[in-house]
Amino acid sequence: MKFEVNGHEVFASTGGRPFDKKKPLIIFVHGSGLTHMTWVLQTRYFAFHGYNSLAVDLPGHGLSSGKSLKSIEEMADWVSSVIDAVGHKAASLVGHSQGCLVTVECTSRYPNKIKTLSLMGGAGAIPMNPELLSLAENNDPKAVDLMMDWAHGPAGHFGGHPVPGLYHINTGTMLAKSRTIQNTLGVDFRACDNYKNGFEAAKKIKCPTLSILATDDKMCPVKEGKKLASLIDGSQVDIIDNCGHMMLLEEADRVLTVLKKFITSNYPPLSS
Amino acid sequence: MSDKKKELKPNTYKFDTLSLHAGYQPHKNAGARQVPIYQTTSYLFDDVDHAAALFNLERGGHIYSRISNPTVGVLEERVASLEGGTAALATSSGMSAIFLTIMTLCEAGDHLVVSSQLYGGTVNLFRLTLPKFGITCTFVKPRDTEGFKKAIKKNTKGIYGELVGNPGNELMNMPEIANIAHEAGIPLIVDSTYQTPYLCKPFEHGADIVIHSLTKWMAGHGSSMAGILVEGGNFDWMQNEKFPTMTKPYEGYHGLSFAEEFGPTAFTMKARAEGMRDFGPCLSPQNAWNVLQGLETLSVRMKKHCENAEEMVKYLSNHESVAWVSHPSAPNHPDAELANKLLPNGKGSMIAFGIKGGKDAGVAFINNVKLASHLANVGDTRTLVIHPASGTHSQMDEATLKFAGLSHDMIRLSVGMEDIDDIKNDFEIGFRAARKPRLVSNQ
Repeated sequence: MKFEVNGHEVFASTGGRPFDKKKPLIIFVHGSGLTHMTWVLQTRYFAFHGYNSLAVDLPGHGLSSGKSLKSIEEMADWVSSVIDAVGHKAASLVGHSQGCLVTVECTSRYPNKIKTLSLMGGAGAIPMNPELLSLAENNDPKAVDLMMDWAHGPAGHFGGHPVPGLYHINTGTMLAKSRTIQNTLGVDFRACDNYKNGFEAAKKIKCPTLSILATDDKMCPVKEGKKLASLIDGSQVDIIDNCGHMMLLEEADRVLTVLKKFITSNYPPLSS
Repeated sequence: MSDKKKELKPNTYKFDTLSLHAGYQPHKNAGARQVPIYQTTSYLFDDVDHAAALFNLERGGHIYSRISNPTVGVLEERVASLEGGTAALATSSGMSAIFLTIMTLCEAGDHLVVSSQLYGGTVNLFRLTLPKFGITCTFVKPRDTEGFKKAIKKNTKGIYGELVGNPGNELMNMPEIANIAHEAGIPLIVDSTYQTPYLCKPFEHGADIVIHSLTKWMAGHGSSMAGILVEGGNFDWMQNEKFPTMTKPYEGYHGLSFAEEFGPTAFTMKARAEGMRDFGPCLSPQNAWNVLQGLETLSVRMKKHCENAEEMVKYLSNHESVAWVSHPSAPNHPDAELANKLLPNGKGSMIAFGIKGGKDAGVAFINNVKLASHLANVGDTRTLVIHPASGTHSQMDEATLKFAGLSHDMIRLSVGMEDIDDIKNDFEIGFRAARKPRLVSNQ
């Protein structure tokens, strides 16, 4: 569906179901340089099981217009505005990687609007490798190739996509190259690198929170994810073996199973 | 110790490694080092909710082997990885891969611009069968790049061709024709059977969908029929209103828009969800496994094929019984420069040559070679020969033969991996017979 936030058109996948204001809202926030399509193996399930599932394209990404937002704080405010724009008072948030920084900051800023928080491959800070940051800001496609290499675990490098016939690394590469690299990945990486408030923001979070981490995640290692989770009261942690940073695709079924249990028990769906 | 900072390099696996490993994780298959053959029609559901989620594309997995199968899935991922594609869908033959591609792309009333130099079966599909579904085609000679542009109409939904045409070995200028297609907002579909991804990766030159008959060089052993379509992931289906079945809500999946939901893999998802469901040209797991065995040695075999082919080009070019030779490695080939650009790892092992004495000489040659096999296939590890005008392209009339660049003196040669001296010696027997066609029996 398309709607407007701050004067710019926003695209969000509704998981194949029409938006229904009566249903509770879940917003999925993608990682650096990516789009709503990374969530396809989670969003459709919730959309068909009593939720409004909104996998947004951040401004300037995927099918959304406008320019990419330059800070995690701006993105956090933007997510709050999305809740307003679609006519809801509250939502559950699900973030991946950079999307974790955004949703942690958003939850700390707008505690009354956020019902649950689910973090995948999250950390309190994501400092960027200076060379990778420079490549992305200079529009070098090598930045995408490096990101896809580091983002997939050893198993993910061989493939084994849960959807028959799809090949992980090349699909991710195409998503990250779908818009101009320096205007998406470059801006996002800089925003991640500049963001320093993750640990302080985490301390303010009181809603039910889940962290899904992966043993082979090089970009946000388990150690960093646990550190963030330890600052959030009552945070649940689930660790997936033999999986990299792209756990929402590499181990999509496991992620969906854990996410489904967590969200439905803390923020029940509209019963049919 | 050097102070020089190490340059960052992606450590994703390279071609030869992917051809052995891509698409398969032993730890998810009882530790089996070789890909298991999942000889099963169907798969258990955990519960009713799980079944519904699989049917509704809410989660990945297998339902019924007409739609997908774990062994076939390994093959699909492996070929996608080798081509640099986002996704692939394997079928029971190369022809079914072509048909499925066209039926996923087009509706009744649509039009395609098609290279005139194609495998004879493909020509018949485009010329005779697709019109029965309301899909028409305009054929353009492969070297007539401007002709492709001129043939595009409002209802044109794609351009289709073979990079190196069968059997005349004329090249189409893939990068320029890709630009023409993209300016018109339509995809370029390339049958890359002759090249395999070892010789050419069409996505790097602008193609949007690649098709293979896996029966040929990809498998190599000549034991199994199989085909595949591979998606590049770069084509924007939402850029115009030409592809409503990709972009608009699809009734068959509760209003799903394939382009919105699946983006760079939308075409393959639709081809599987709709095409395999409704047409069902599924690949057997046994044949998928057979093709995987061949893929493991693809680069090694292609090097040998190309080496032998170049030797045969030299031999035939200097032979008194040969009127002409066509192969992209020949310096006098009209497309040699383009071939050097697009086929840096080798020019393939398909040779077309004209035999002095015309059709009768051709028939005598074919009937008398002993090592080379006379059959309707290409890309076997063994050397194969055929006389297209009386074999693979025999259903064409005179005018169509001429337009497709075929002549009655043409022999199509698929050079195998035998010792090169043995192939040459065998050809000498054929040529001797061809010089005296009336004195040699046609047994």
